[in-house]
Amino acid sequence: MRTVASIALDATCYGMTLFMISVGLSVMMGLMRIVNLAHGAFAMIGGYIASYASVSLGLNYAIAIPLAALCTILVALPLEVVLYRRLYANSDALTQLLLTIGITFLIIGVANYVFGPTLKKIPLPASLSGPFDIGFRMLPTHRIFVLACGCATALALWLLLERTEFGIRVRAAVDNAGMAEALGIRTSRIYLATFCIAVGLAAFGGVVGAELLPIEPYYALRYMVIFLVVVSAGGAGSIAGAFLASMLLGLADTTGKYLMPEFGEFFFYSAVILIVAIFPNGLLGREH
Amino acid sequence: MRKFAVSLTAFAACLFAGTAMAADPIRVGIVGTMSGPYALFGQNFKRGIDAWVAQNGNKVGDIPVEFIYRDEEAPNPAKSRALAQELIVKEKVQYLAGFYFTPNALAVAPLLGESKTPLIVMNAATSAIVEKSPYIVRTSFTMWQNTKPAALVAKERGAKKVAIAVSDYGPGLDAEAAFKGTFEAAGGTVVEAIRMPLATTDFSPIMQRIKDSGADTVFTFLPSGPPTLGFVKAFIDNGLKASGVKLMSTGDVVTEPDLPNIGDAGIGILSTYHYAVSHDSPENKAFIDQFVKDGGKFDEIAMTSVAAYDGARLIYKMIEATKGQRDPDAAIAAVKSMSWVSPRGPVSIDPETRHIRQNVYLRELVKVDGKLLNKEIQTFEAQPDWALSKK
Repeated sequence: MRTVASIALDATCYGMTLFMISVGLSVMMGLMRIVNLAHGAFAMIGGYIASYASVSLGLNYAIAIPLAALCTILVALPLEVVLYRRLYANSDALTQLLLTIGITFLIIGVANYVFGPTLKKIPLPASLSGPFDIGFRMLPTHRIFVLACGCATALALWLLLERTEFGIRVRAAVDNAGMAEALGIRTSRIYLATFCIAVGLAAFGGVVGAELLPIEPYYALRYMVIFLVVVSAGGAGSIAGAFLASMLLGLADTTGKYLMPEFGEFFFYSAVILIVAIFPNGLLGREH
Repeated sequence: MRKFAVSLTAFAACLFAGTAMAADPIRVGIVGTMSGPYALFGQNFKRGIDAWVAQNGNKVGDIPVEFIYRDEEAPNPAKSRALAQELIVKEKVQYLAGFYFTPNALAVAPLLGESKTPLIVMNAATSAIVEKSPYIVRTSFTMWQNTKPAALVAKERGAKKVAIAVSDYGPGLDAEAAFKGTFEAAGGTVVEAIRMPLATTDFSPIMQRIKDSGADTVFTFLPSGPPTLGFVKAFIDNGLKASGVKLMSTGDVVTEPDLPNIGDAGIGILSTYHYAVSHDSPENKAFIDQFVKDGGKFDEIAMTSVAAYDGARLIYKMIEATKGQRDPDAAIAAVKSMSWVSPRGPVSIDPETRHIRQNVYLRELVKVDGKLLNKEIQTFEAQPDWALSKK
């Protein structure tokens, strides 16, 4: 019983990490209808900035995170204005893939050249490192932090998209851009804002998830499959879907690793296949 | 016209003499993890070789030696094989060296006989590698070599039930077999043997499994790099250390560059290894001084630099013995039974296995003057590769 509870807890923590690093992509794919393969690259930029801020500038973790998100948005803004903007109207899938994978390679090259090929560490403050006693077992303190971040992000996003004026405009702009514009909604601004949110979330997730997915130049490619899998299993654009998918995949992976570690990723991908076979649009995805 | 022809001939003669005077350099191809998560260890290959060249010059006699580096990046046999082919065919290297990962070294072994190229393995630690070609010499270590003492120490220190957790690839399986064989022969029990996929990043479920097995000691091996740090942190953060479970490992898991990240919680971890940066000897001091003088950071010294430093010594010896000619048999014969004092301690090349014999030290993670280090507390002298040699 204790073991089961323990595994469930580990699975929740792992699932939450998956959610944190993928939710930005879910926003981008679902709301902007852009298959952004450069999501991992944005997460990586966030990680590099956080690492630079905390290692070289000696800034606090609590400052490094928002700083990383902010700077990543600033880096990504020109890309939106020059490149991404052209994709919104003409969303041919192949064009999107070629453009965003190109951006990914560019960012990998620049990161390699500027920061070197090594792993970048994001040191945790003393209050977030080490074990934390939760009664029946010890848990890494940072996992609890990720858990809290994940819940807060999910809640904030849901409120933003479902309960605010901005959310209504976003949904209107996505569903029928022409009609929304005719009604006086400035869709280009809405898209820009949503893009910034998605990129900021990518950077946030990259930094917070760095304990499990360490930051290095090939991060953007190495973990791309994980991001895409979580989003497509959850249903693009559905925050709740991404959340649910992360939890299920986390559970499959963690349980599999406990029962049969030598099977590796087998359980993770079996769960993906199963979910996508039963729900072709993802768990909570809408039909296109 | 005749005058012109004469001067042209004279000019050509000068050119010819010029090239004949400066001998063509002997090229040595180094394949190491120069980028990616394991970059630290590939860069240590280069630093070790640079240290050797700085101390001994870039010529053997009057033959210049040139080192050419290639990036193996990750366990990727196909890529390493292509790199080695390129080095042999295009760059015309006379020697190959380096190789962080076992699968990469194994992929290159079939090329050696045909191209008559000796290979000096500077890390990859699966015993069987040296058996794949008579032209392979190894200056690093093997899992059997470092693990057998670990099992003996565990038994001696009262471990009864051990859980083994190793990375699921060549060296991991070697480590598992070595520990299990030795520990059970000494009368201990192995209650759990977990093989973790190389790509594992979340070790929580593994820790739970170890906890449930009721083991009093964990023995582990993972290739040095991000996973080892993840494992040790998971061991501490999931409360295994606090509940009194002992961690026993080879030194791969507690490399010096990782110690600051493991932190004070790691104090007391025991490991067996062939090299500690803190090794107290004039040779090691000279090596480290050179390493730092060339721009290396003290906190980034890893075992691969010493293996490369000693590897460069072998390469120089081989070039000297063959006078710069491509003669792998003579080159290998020249280094068999060679013995010297390395920064890690006294070592020799076993003539039977072409693997290095060396002291293996039991080390304890301690804090001295605010710095964490692996302190050598016991020496197992002149250990061979226990899979290939019986004594």
